[in-house]
Amino acid sequence: MIRYLMVLVIMLLPIEALAISAEDVMKKSQAAFHYQGKDFKARVVMKLISKSGSERTRELTMLRKNFGEAGGDQKFFMYFFQPADVKDMTFMVYKYPAKDDDRWLFVPAINMVRRIAAQDKTSSFVGSDFTYEDVSGRDIQDDTHAMVKEEKLGGKDCYVVKSTPKAGDVDYSYKLSWIDKGNFLPLKEEYYDKKGELGRVFSADEIKNVKGFSTITKRVMKNIHSGHRTEVTYTKTDYNIGIEDSLFSERFLKQPPKKWIE
Amino acid sequence: MSIRRLKFIFHFVVFALLMLPFYATASDVSIHGFAQGNYSFGTRTTPDGGGFKWAEERFQFKLDVPKDSFRLFIKTDALYDHIDEKGDLELREGYIDYTAQKWDLRAGRQIITWGVGDLIFINDVFPKDYEAFFSGRPLEYMKKGIDGVKVGAYPEFASFEFIAIPVFEPNNYTDSRRFYMFDPMPNVTNREEKDPATNLENTELALRAYRDIAGFDASIYYYRGFYRKPYMIPDDLNNTTKITFHYPKLSVYGASLQGRALDGVLSFEAGYYDSRQDRKGTDYTVPNSQTKFLVGYQRQLWEDFTIGLQYFTEYMNDYAEYKKAQPGGLPKDRKTGQLATVRLTQLLMHQTMKLSLFSFYSTSEGDYLINPEIKYNFSDNIWAALGANIFGGGERWSQFGQLDKNDNVYLQLRYEF
Repeated sequence: MIRYLMVLVIMLLPIEALAISAEDVMKKSQAAFHYQGKDFKARVVMKLISKSGSERTRELTMLRKNFGEAGGDQKFFMYFFQPADVKDMTFMVYKYPAKDDDRWLFVPAINMVRRIAAQDKTSSFVGSDFTYEDVSGRDIQDDTHAMVKEEKLGGKDCYVVKSTPKAGDVDYSYKLSWIDKGNFLPLKEEYYDKKGELGRVFSADEIKNVKGFSTITKRVMKNIHSGHRTEVTYTKTDYNIGIEDSLFSERFLKQPPKKWIE
Repeated sequence: MSIRRLKFIFHFVVFALLMLPFYATASDVSIHGFAQGNYSFGTRTTPDGGGFKWAEERFQFKLDVPKDSFRLFIKTDALYDHIDEKGDLELREGYIDYTAQKWDLRAGRQIITWGVGDLIFINDVFPKDYEAFFSGRPLEYMKKGIDGVKVGAYPEFASFEFIAIPVFEPNNYTDSRRFYMFDPMPNVTNREEKDPATNLENTELALRAYRDIAGFDASIYYYRGFYRKPYMIPDDLNNTTKITFHYPKLSVYGASLQGRALDGVLSFEAGYYDSRQDRKGTDYTVPNSQTKFLVGYQRQLWEDFTIGLQYFTEYMNDYAEYKKAQPGGLPKDRKTGQLATVRLTQLLMHQTMKLSLFSFYSTSEGDYLINPEIKYNFSDNIWAALGANIFGGGERWSQFGQLDKNDNVYLQLRYEF
């Protein structure tokens, strides 16, 4: 009943109020990009490709569970298959929206779990062109968001939003995002450096429907200055698989359960 | 390696082989390992006249066989040592896991690492190989496995680890043929080592309980066993003809905390070493009881650059007794020992190159160890590390001071699969 009332109220509002704000677009995009489902799993293959074409491969299983609403707390569990010198390593992150994350690394050769100190905003994730923040998402309130325009990209209607960091805590001055109006996934992002030059470009190259959730299964981040790029492919992607809270513990960092990491 | 350890390996291998028909049905057997060359060149000739402190090729084979709630894991090395010109086999780890919903069990040779220190150990009472560390071997070789059983229990309110170790394993220290070290009685060559007998009473017990407290990882520890460092008993102080080395009884009570603070990671650890064979501190052949503290802080200062600082202090609980009991000809330790460490790490070239510097400096003794290293991953399978160990300062009997003439440059080269 309330739902019908709300629809009625909205229909009575002037057209202007219907226009979605840039901040709302980014909130919806964050929910679609980083918070879909109660939990999520993917086998991630990252190819780090230099300008000259030489390649390094990083392969891991990534598990994510949400605690609360989109934009809220999340826990991540990662198990590394490749390269050989990090095989069987596991990595765990407790992500909090308003404060620094907690991170633990398990080193199998000496059977040791340690906290690690890393700033997620500027640290490269496993040496790739993605930062930790690119992988797990940046807090909406860390930036001011402005609607630049609306345009088509690859045949899709998009909002183009300019996000400017409030603090100088990242190595770019602003970011332009092309957000698909249909599924709110970012199809392209351009990161401009402090001189105002284009520094890095993100593109979503394949989007699949997994259990009703639109999911970017192929993406690339390219560093324009160095020519280095990272191509990421998600396989075995799944949602709402019932990951237990207890997985995110020292016990399972040391002995990652086969059923989750395979 | 002691006969008991060899027997244990033999029993384990026989047991593992007997289990093979059972495991043969497992579908996802995984085999990994590496081939490695490791060479450490002393800046001066070693005591036995050689140039190398370490020179070996090594092949490691890792077998991992999961099956339902069980898992068999074997990590074994075959090596050729160029200094002693002999080959050897070494079972690094070999165990069977059983995992249930709320508990698990690991039986066999396994590596256990406790505490929050970076190369400073208070509650990590498990065997170590200091020779490996000082000779420039990969860090994992500083830890030695224990032969025992570990049971983990995971009720809601906390997690627990119970460990029973029936077979004693001492630390490994530098070899006097390869390293110059302080020896208070160099003329006494008749020496004997006496390990604790393997029996029920001497079975070492270790317990750790841990949980989250206000965002910090909190642990408490208990250990009942033996010092892993040998202490000497001369047969006659005035006219020593024979030295017996023994491992006195020890209990340790400790705690640690680690968590995010001050834009980094903050660590605390403390332990009380109860020297059970000499609680009054009057026996010079047995160490005095001690209290130990550690505080550590780690922080990323800029992209891919991390700094780690530690400060450690230990003091003797019955120093007056110690001073009275310590015989004249032997060096006296200070009441309080202090140690500071710094670790700097910079990753470069998409984290394929690592520059690191680790240093110990004892603020009480004035001696130090400096360990710079550069490591490069040539590909996803091949890496090499080039580094140095530089010792000095302090007294000729202090921990790093006595190693003054042992500076070395090392190379580690590994192909991993």
